[in-house]
Order: sequence, then C-alpha cells, then structure tokens
Amino acid sequence: MTSLLEVSGVSKTFDGFRAINDLSIQISEPELRAIIGPNGAGKTTFMDIVTGKTRPDEGRVLWGEKNESLLGLSEAEIANRGIGRKFQKPTVFEDQTVRQNLAMALKNPRGPFAVLFHRKTPQGAQRIEEIAAEIGLTDQLTRTSGELSHGQKQWLEIGMLLAQDPRLLLVDEPAAGMTAEEREKTTDILRRAAQTRAVVVVEHDMEFVRRLDCKVTVLHEGHVLAEGPLDHVTSDPTVIDVYLGRSDA
Amino acid sequence: MTQGFLVTNRSVRWFLFTLALFTAVIAFGSEASGTGIFSTSLVKTLGKTLCLCLIAVAMDVVWGYCGILSLGHFAFFGIGGYAIGMWLMYGRTEGIVMTSLANQTIPPTPQEVSDAIGGQIFGVVGSSEFPLIWSFAHSLPLQLLMVVLVPGLLALVFGWLAFRSRVTGVYLSILTQAMTLALSLYLFQNDSGLRGNNGLSGLQNIPGFEQTSQATISLVFFLASAAALALGYVLFAWVVAGKMGSVIMGIRDNEARVRFLGYRVEGYKLFVFTLTAIVSGIAGALYYPQAGIINPAEIAPIASIYLAVWVAIGGRGRLYGAVIGAALVSLLSSWFTGGGAPDVNLGLYRIQWTDWWLVLLGLSFVCVTLFFPKGIGGLFDYLVRKPS
Repeated sequence: MTSLLEVSGVSKTFDGFRAINDLSIQISEPELRAIIGPNGAGKTTFMDIVTGKTRPDEGRVLWGEKNESLLGLSEAEIANRGIGRKFQKPTVFEDQTVRQNLAMALKNPRGPFAVLFHRKTPQGAQRIEEIAAEIGLTDQLTRTSGELSHGQKQWLEIGMLLAQDPRLLLVDEPAAGMTAEEREKTTDILRRAAQTRAVVVVEHDMEFVRRLDCKVTVLHEGHVLAEGPLDHVTSDPTVIDVYLGRSDA
Repeated sequence: MTQGFLVTNRSVRWFLFTLALFTAVIAFGSEASGTGIFSTSLVKTLGKTLCLCLIAVAMDVVWGYCGILSLGHFAFFGIGGYAIGMWLMYGRTEGIVMTSLANQTIPPTPQEVSDAIGGQIFGVVGSSEFPLIWSFAHSLPLQLLMVVLVPGLLALVFGWLAFRSRVTGVYLSILTQAMTLALSLYLFQNDSGLRGNNGLSGLQNIPGFEQTSQATISLVFFLASAAALALGYVLFAWVVAGKMGSVIMGIRDNEARVRFLGYRVEGYKLFVFTLTAIVSGIAGALYYPQAGIINPAEIAPIASIYLAVWVAIGGRGRLYGAVIGAALVSLLSSWFTGGGAPDVNLGLYRIQWTDWWLVLLGLSFVCVTLFFPKGIGGLFDYLVRKPS
C-alpha cells in the first residue's frame, strides 16, 4: 500500500481559534478510513484544506505518486486530480433530474467549450446506469432530484462522486438523518467503493463507524488523538476522556 | 444536431411559429407592402420591441439560468447602438458634404472633405477633429465588427476581473451598475468623442438608401430584428438545453458543488456573460437605427434595472417568459407614457397615467415577485402538461 494523500504538520487559525493544530494524516489506496471527533475537532476544516476551500497557515498536503503539493490549487483543479467531496447537507441540483445530476459529474472534459459541444455517448449512458444501480436509484433516473427523499439525495450525491471516478472520496457525515435501513445500505455502498479507492468518512455516529469496520482516526482540538482499529481507540483512556466518556454520560 | 434539438424542444418550435406568424401579419399590413393597415411608426415600435425581446432573452440566460444578476447589460446594448450609429452618421454626413462640395470649381482634397465631415458631426461639441475611436467609421464591415467586439471585450475584461475575485450576488450587481453608470457619465462628456449628451442622431437615414422611403426601411429593420430574435432564441435555447445548461443552472443553484465536481466556475460565468453581452450589442445595433437617436441617457443604470424587471415579470429561467415580459411591459410602457391610456377621473383626483405608470409598474413587479415568482411564463405550466 502506497500513500495517496499525505497531510503533515498542518495548522490553521481562524480569528485566533486554532481549528487545526499540527495535524498529520496519511491515507493509502485503497483504504476505508473513518475520522471521528467531537464538534469543533477540525473534521470539516481538514476536508476544506484537502479540497482547496481553505489555505492552511503552515504544513504540507501531498498527493499521489509524485508527491504533488495540493496547496495553491483551485477547488476545480484538485477535484480533477481525483478528489471527490460529499457535503454534510445533501447538495444535489434539485431542479434537475437524477440523470442530469449524474451526467454532470461523469468524468469528461470540463472546459466550457467541450461541455457546450458535448454529445451524449452510449458509454456515458451505460456508466450512468451502472452508478444508478450501485446507489439504488435506477427507477428514479428521470425524476427531479428535489423530489427524492433525504436518504436518496445522500446516495445520489455519493453516486455523483463515483461518477467523477475519483481516487479519494471525502464523505462528510453520510448517515446523518437516515433510517437504520438506509444506514446499512450507505455502509455497503461506501465499503464497496473502498475496495478500489480511498474513502475517508467523517462521522459522529459510533454505531455507523463500527459497521464500516475500518481504521479510525480520532481528532480532538485539531490534532490526531489516536489512530487504529475502533476497539483499540475506544479503549484508549484519553479518547474516552475527551469524546466517548462525554457522549456516554 | 440542431434538428434533433428542435424536435425535442416543443417550446422553441412554438415560439418560432408564433414569431413567424406575427412577423408575417405585420409585414403584410405595413405601409411598405401597400396595405397600410399598420403605420410606419407602429412598425418601428414593434421592431424596437423585438430588439428589446432579444436583450431580455440574453438577460434571462445570464440571470435566470446562470444566476448572475447583471444590472449592466444595457451598457452593451448601448455600445452596439453607438458602434452602428457612428457608421450611419458618418456615411450620411459624408453624402451631404460631398453634395455641397460638388459645385466647387476646384475639387476638394481628402483633407478638406474630412474636415468638413468632422465639422458637421462635431460642431455641436465645438470641435471638428475626428477622435481616434472614429477610425473605422467609414467602413460598414469594420463598424459591424465593432458591434460584436467592443461589448464582447468589455464583458470579457470586466467579467474576468469580477468572477476571478469571486464577486457574487448583490456585490456583483452593484459592480455592473457602476460599470454602466461610469460608461454613461463618460459619454456625457463633450470630449468623449461621441458628441456628449447630444448623442448620435439621424440614425434612421441609411447611407446609400437616401431615396428609399422610411416605410420600406422600417419594414426591413423590423424583419431583421425578427430574424435576429429568432436566431438568438434558438442559439440560447440550444446553449441551455444540453450539458452546458446543466452546468450553468448548477452554478446558479450551488456554485460550490459545481467547483468540487471539477468545473472551473469562473470560465463558465465568463462564457455566459460575454456571449450575452455580444448578443445585447447586436440587439442594440438593430434597435437604434429604428429609434433614430442614441444618447448617453440610454445606458443610464435605470435602463438595465428595467431589463431585470421585464425578465422577472415575464418569468425567469424560461426564454419565452423573457420575451413575453419584455414585449408586454415595454409596449404597455409606451402606451401609458405616450398618452394612449385615458385618464381616470376619480372626482377629487385625476389619475394621469404618464405620472402613475411607474407606480403601476412597481406595484406589478412587487405583486409578481410575491405571488407569482415564476412570472407570466409560469402560467404556461398550467396549460401544458409536462411530458413524462
């Protein structure tokens, strides 16, 4: 396993608040990784830094075999390197159909003129069918995505990430607001995706993380507190103190 | 490709059919065709209205589809008008000067001719020198190129600066207002080279067609405006129908999501802004020969705000809505302000529509925004069932 993403010594301060403090995380390919931590632990800021939304004050973010620095690249450039991001709140284009949403995300040239003269291809249509089957929305392709249920929107957004064919998926709280059954399906989708690529899941819900059955990184105050299998980190006294202990109390 | 696109877009076919029918009826009834049912001034008004419909369609693409509330598109419209106006005025003045100099015993030198034309054109602002920007005014092809190039380049530079700095929402709207205001104020100056507040006039006279009646000229411009509207409509309908439409509507609804999908949002906004600016310039170049005069007041900030009001009343995000809004509101406006509407006598107070029209317009804008956010075009949703 080689390192796909290497975040080292990254810090970020917002108006005196240290959101990220000397954070170092390595993600391999393929890998499924869960990042947990209480509110304000820096999970979302970590994703913002990797995807180019936020510039860190110091530290390095290196990508791929060539160890290319992602700092200074725009969001679109980073996305085209192969990093897909799912937001906490489902963000799909509600006025457009499920098929249009997926078609927009499909890996194709992204320039305005390439898109203007874009023609639908049989391969593209087939790929959309495959992804729709994967996320269980085959029957919903012609529906306006605003009409979908909350869970279906979450899956559609994951499907849009898969359509981008990224090497790394960053998924922010995919199970929030889902029923038990929907969570199970979401777990399956993510675990299958992680067989061929790196998937990083930020999650609050311990039960969901347990089902993912993967290496866990615990963040606290912008710093890695513990890393390892779930049972290992949950037995760590410092973790129990800052996070688990509190939620049990 | 275009054929398949027309087959799948019923509203485009309906629009083209309606426009063709309307154009045929007006052309048949015009004075130029001999029937004289419609006066030449009515034909001119309708021709101008078609140009306003064209810029409204462009506004709908940039605002209704891409979510950029530009309050400066009339600047591009005005630039298009000035660009064609320079050729019209130069050509006509040249004709007059040549006629008057023809009787002289010694043939005039080119310098004398140029000075005489300059004196005629710029006498009102106390000058006779041709400014640099009039370099191409003698040539129709070059000046037509300016109709496209100048609005396009201005939009490209302005858009590049604004979108690259990620100026969005109300701040962008204010910037576009500032752009059109700055341009208008600049043109008001006598040394701007475009005759200050006098503007360019006599534009209804086409050089080389001095013997042609205004009835014929008005009909030709009416037909040209209808053709431009049809072409512009089909072009924009094609742009917003495909994947491009998906992306720009995505930018309207969630810009960040589109970025994280790997699209460079700035490039798309710039493309839409520039393309619509060019079409606005063409609309202006067709409008002002029918209006006969252009002056800096035409590109005052309020004009671009009216444009947004038309599109909002007609219905954003649907091209035919923009056409309906622009046609209805601008025609009603000239009816009310032109004294066509009878005064309403309330006994104590007489409502004179020339004063009260703006109140009525403002009121209907508020009502549409509050109660019919989809505008007049939204009514079609009730008439036409969605093809499933």
